[in-house]
Amino acid sequence: MKKNNQFKLLMELFFTFFKIGSFTFGGGYAMIPLIEREVVEKKRWVSEEEVVDVFAVAQSMPGAIAINSSTFIGYKIAGKRGAVVATLGVVLPSFFIIALIAIFYSKFQDAAAVKAVFSGIRPAIVSLIAVAAIRISKTSIVDWTGLILAILSSFSVVFFDVHAAFAILGGATAGLAIFIMFPKKTEKILSNGGNKN
Amino acid sequence: MIYLQLLISFLKIGLFSFGGGYAMIPLIQREIQSHGWLSPSEFVDIIAIAEMTPGPIAVNSATFVGYKAAGILGSLVATFGVAIPSLVLIMIVSKFFLKFQNHPANKMVFYGIRPIIVGLIFASAIFVAQTALIKQGASNGSLFTNSLSVLDLKSILIFVLSLIGLVRFKIHPIVIILISSILGLLLT
Repeated sequence: MKKNNQFKLLMELFFTFFKIGSFTFGGGYAMIPLIEREVVEKKRWVSEEEVVDVFAVAQSMPGAIAINSSTFIGYKIAGKRGAVVATLGVVLPSFFIIALIAIFYSKFQDAAAVKAVFSGIRPAIVSLIAVAAIRISKTSIVDWTGLILAILSSFSVVFFDVHAAFAILGGATAGLAIFIMFPKKTEKILSNGGNKN
Repeated sequence: MIYLQLLISFLKIGLFSFGGGYAMIPLIQREIQSHGWLSPSEFVDIIAIAEMTPGPIAVNSATFVGYKAAGILGSLVATFGVAIPSLVLIMIVSKFFLKFQNHPANKMVFYGIRPIIVGLIFASAIFVAQTALIKQGASNGSLFTNSLSVLDLKSILIFVLSLIGLVRFKIHPIVIILISSILGLLLT
């Protein structure tokens, strides 16, 4: 009987995250409200406070935010199996869709019409990314130090081919160095919350 | 052994990417370029496709790159690779992480990381601009040295229009992509 319930819970987890994975466009951040609605309001698997913690951890650990939050919620609800099942659920929809698109794209990418369509889309992607950068900078860059770090990271990655992982490590080191060497500045930053979120 | 290369590359991407989505682009681009799996313009096309389809960009590009490099099995291996670090890390360190979430040292680490992520996203915009805004056949990097003669006017026009649409009129990204694809067809 208990085994049966466990199986039922795992199936429910899988289909809930399959649904979340099927309907969120635009990646991780777009997924947050949908996860909240499904997991907190509808299924009542975790509380509102818990889900806030989940998103905090998901955003501060490496990996896709959508996968991190799904894995974490699955793990909280049904242990290791739950983590695996939730991850599968959230990944599979995009896997199927993209595999299908990749098959067609490979066949038709040299057709004149397809080329024209993508030559129109590519410049729009530049503006999408630039706007995202500006939007995120509003909460992520709170002072001059932040601005300098952001410029340094762009420059080092674009012009000196520095690996993104090293840039991240550099940022973490800078933050830690301020914490150790400048307690007054640290206090000031933390009293503002460290970010504007 | 292409499958092993795909697995290792996407394990690295899953393990080293912070900030999600666009911040991952420099990392993914580096792996793809060093193995020659996709051309730069094919990579930008994936970003476009990822924007129009559900799911995280990391998963979308893993599936796509895996397929282009080694068929369906390749896409399975790459997708598996990009998801595994999250799965393992969350199970091992998430509890530990929750404890130290509010520690000042931890907060200061993220105070330092957040601007870096903004910088990475700007770097992504520049990478994509190098492919999207310069004429086909012009050498990479010439965007900075000789911008006027290599810039593609039609692309610049679409870039500016979509920027205005996004910022001034708050048009949804998917609508922006649809309109720009039509412009691409009409302006050829």
